[in-house]
Amino acid sequence: MFGAVAAALLVAMGMAIIRALKGPTVFDRILSVNTFGTKTVLLIAVIGFLQKRPDFLDIALVYALINFITTIAVLKFFEFSHLGTPIGEEEAEDL
Amino acid sequence: MNIIDVVLLAMMVITALAVVRMRNLFAAVMLLGIFSLLSASLYALLDAVDVAFTEAAVGAGISTVLMLGTLALTGEREKKPHRPAWLPLVVVVVTGAALLYGTFDMPLYGDPNDPIHKHVADRYIERSGQEVGTPNIVTSVLASYRGFDTLGEVTVIFTAGVGVLALLGRGALSRRRRLNKEDDR
Repeated sequence: MFGAVAAALLVAMGMAIIRALKGPTVFDRILSVNTFGTKTVLLIAVIGFLQKRPDFLDIALVYALINFITTIAVLKFFEFSHLGTPIGEEEAEDL
Repeated sequence: MNIIDVVLLAMMVITALAVVRMRNLFAAVMLLGIFSLLSASLYALLDAVDVAFTEAAVGAGISTVLMLGTLALTGEREKKPHRPAWLPLVVVVVTGAALLYGTFDMPLYGDPNDPIHKHVADRYIERSGQEVGTPNIVTSVLASYRGFDTLGEVTVIFTAGVGVLALLGRGALSRRRRLNKEDDR
């Protein structure tokens, strides 16, 4: 049962890689990395059950959080083309 | 288990080759994120969950963000090289072959006769309760048996924190001082 789930997850990971390789626009690639991260989280959880040690589950949860942060950073990069406001003179005046 | 290993390793090879061939640097950064997620799952399969966790946090998280910050400063496309770089290829192949040769001396994965299982582990398991007095063996190893090692690690982390504060904290501090001056006026 879990073996079938793991196989399905691996197939899904392969398809995400294909999309990241081909992806004509950047958003295809961002989405594929995000999907891939989710599949990794699920795969680790399933591996935990396959090895009869479901205590991997909380680690899979932390992975999900990291994946979220990365996606937000990438999207922010695209929205503003840099990652944050630099500490410069103008900002100090605004405050 | 073996099939999952093989599939994950094959995906890693495909991703790595694609990163090398790719001229669009943004796509290369995204593929490197996938690569490090793949290696994190392999570490999890090898039961090294903490290493896998570090790989996911540093490889897929922090380095992606740092590389994107660099891309914002430089540009998204890599220039075509004028001629193939043979010398670096030879150096990399020779180094890789030497490293592979080095792995032949390593004990087999999960071998009960490994030095790591023969050395001091038994003593830690049997005596740490009386000698150190903490219920957790890992804690007693980290804090007592390998205390000097832990002291060194903490020193490194402290130095890194001081360095980051010296680099980033100064701007915020001077800004706050300037604002306070303006308030006084």
